[in-house]
Amino acid sequence: MLNRFMQSRLRGLVILALILIILPAFLGNPFHYELAIQMAIIAATVVGLNLLVGFAGQISLGHAGFFGLGAYFTGIATGTYGWSSLPALVVGAIVVGTIAWLVGRPILRLKGHYLSMATLAVGFIIAIILNNERAITGGPDGMPVPALDLFGWELSTFGRYSLFGIEISGVQAWYILASVVLLVAVWFALNLIESPIGRALRSVHGSEVAASVVGVDTAKYKSLVFVISAIYASVMGGLYAHFQGFITPAVASFEFSILFITMVVLGGMGSTFGVILGAVVLKLLPQVLADFQELETVMFGLILMLTMIFMPKGLLPTLTAAVSKRMRKKAGGEA
Amino acid sequence: MTALVEVKGLDKAFGGVHAVEGVSFAVEAGQVYSVIGPNGAGKTTLFNLITGLYTPTRGEILLNGESTAKLEPNQLAERGMCRTFQQMQICMNMTAIENVMLGRHLQLRNSLFTTLFRLPSLRNNETAARKRAADLMEYVGCGDYLDTEASAMSYGALKRLEIARALAAEPKVILLDEPAAGLNATETSALEALIRKIADQGITVMLVEHDMKLVMGISDRLLVLNYGRVLAEGAPEEVRQNPDVIAAYLGG
Repeated sequence: MLNRFMQSRLRGLVILALILIILPAFLGNPFHYELAIQMAIIAATVVGLNLLVGFAGQISLGHAGFFGLGAYFTGIATGTYGWSSLPALVVGAIVVGTIAWLVGRPILRLKGHYLSMATLAVGFIIAIILNNERAITGGPDGMPVPALDLFGWELSTFGRYSLFGIEISGVQAWYILASVVLLVAVWFALNLIESPIGRALRSVHGSEVAASVVGVDTAKYKSLVFVISAIYASVMGGLYAHFQGFITPAVASFEFSILFITMVVLGGMGSTFGVILGAVVLKLLPQVLADFQELETVMFGLILMLTMIFMPKGLLPTLTAAVSKRMRKKAGGEA
Repeated sequence: MTALVEVKGLDKAFGGVHAVEGVSFAVEAGQVYSVIGPNGAGKTTLFNLITGLYTPTRGEILLNGESTAKLEPNQLAERGMCRTFQQMQICMNMTAIENVMLGRHLQLRNSLFTTLFRLPSLRNNETAARKRAADLMEYVGCGDYLDTEASAMSYGALKRLEIARALAAEPKVILLDEPAAGLNATETSALEALIRKIADQGITVMLVEHDMKLVMGISDRLLVLNYGRVLAEGAPEEVRQNPDVIAAYLGG
């Protein structure tokens, strides 16, 4: 039975769910929860980005732009105009998706470095607009965002809630929400990859010519995955804004875009669970390295460099390959 | 009866070089039609023009009577044209069977909604597509590789895999660009049998090939190209006896 489970399609998702359930036992204080929630939201964003980068083989160096747009759309709609959170997230996703489609149509004709430059520029433009439109966004000083409310039920990090009679704090409630969102994001991504649409996306990466001669409209699929990954970023940006309660244009910054891409590459391009690991590692590393004080950035860079040199396929694919090799060896030794 | 593929006065120039010049011919449905000629004669360029990867400088290509001038390769695939490549185009980031299932792309239309929630209709389609892909891999003779990563397969097996992918699209006409290149004698005779099986199914086959024994044995008609121009066209026997062809290519 264990064997059958290990081969089942949703094995990874079940393991991830178990980790998310067990994890609170190790989260000692609200700061730990805060870190875990941020990790989950960012992990879900890079799961979406990985569809574009890891599976369809297209690069985006401006993805924080879409994350920032989603964050600000939610912030402005709920804060300035008093919308409820759910419509703000949904309309935000539609708006950002449309922008991504309009931008993606022309720039996805580019390949390699040219596409990198174009997406980089998209990210910069969004960051500049958020910085300069003071009247709407508050400019570089940022803007406050109200607590998340779902159908009149407010989820604040300072609140207290009861779940099946157990009293939990606001961050714990947020942790549950973020976990569920991450699981749904992963489930959608897995379903997408293992489908005719997913094969078409991967074929664009594998051989665009082969894809086109069997009838795949490569331009259409590139746009589609660009829009999907932008929607992932937008929704997660919106949740991030609600969770933080305050946003600045830094959420759309170049540094943030690079962080997303690094998470994908470090964790393992084309590995949904790999990029989650990438997000966790890159979010934890600065905390662990804080003891090195002024050497922190140097250590950070060194670790990234060594990982890419010795594990070019990324953390998770390299680790799973090593484990299965060991297991094969063991099986061979017994025979 | 109109021809399935008709080429009229086709020209393709790369800068000053005419890779294909004034080529006209017609392929009837159900034929095995081969294009031969020395290296650099323009055979692959001709295939790239027919399948829409290149745009002709002049001239016209008709597929089932319809001009293909404005059509992208994927739209030609929708109209029943599929091909393989001399430089194999396999998605190395997928398994063997996924490559063949990719060939079913046009038959598998599922909405994004169905896909995201993996509704039963998608699951059933996928199961059927996988079954069909496995049958096709058996048919072309690489049935042992189902879930092997494409990157781990041998050259000969990949060549057959590419044919299986093209067949998965249920084409009316399949273009094979040097399928025997790099194959040994045993593999070549297996390939010959496979091409015969495909033709017997009623699929029109267009073939670019250097292996004369294979071409002469299997073709209904031959087109001989030299420096981008048509040197001869006709049944294998006529072409074999054509003095121009003997002088230019077969070498007496």
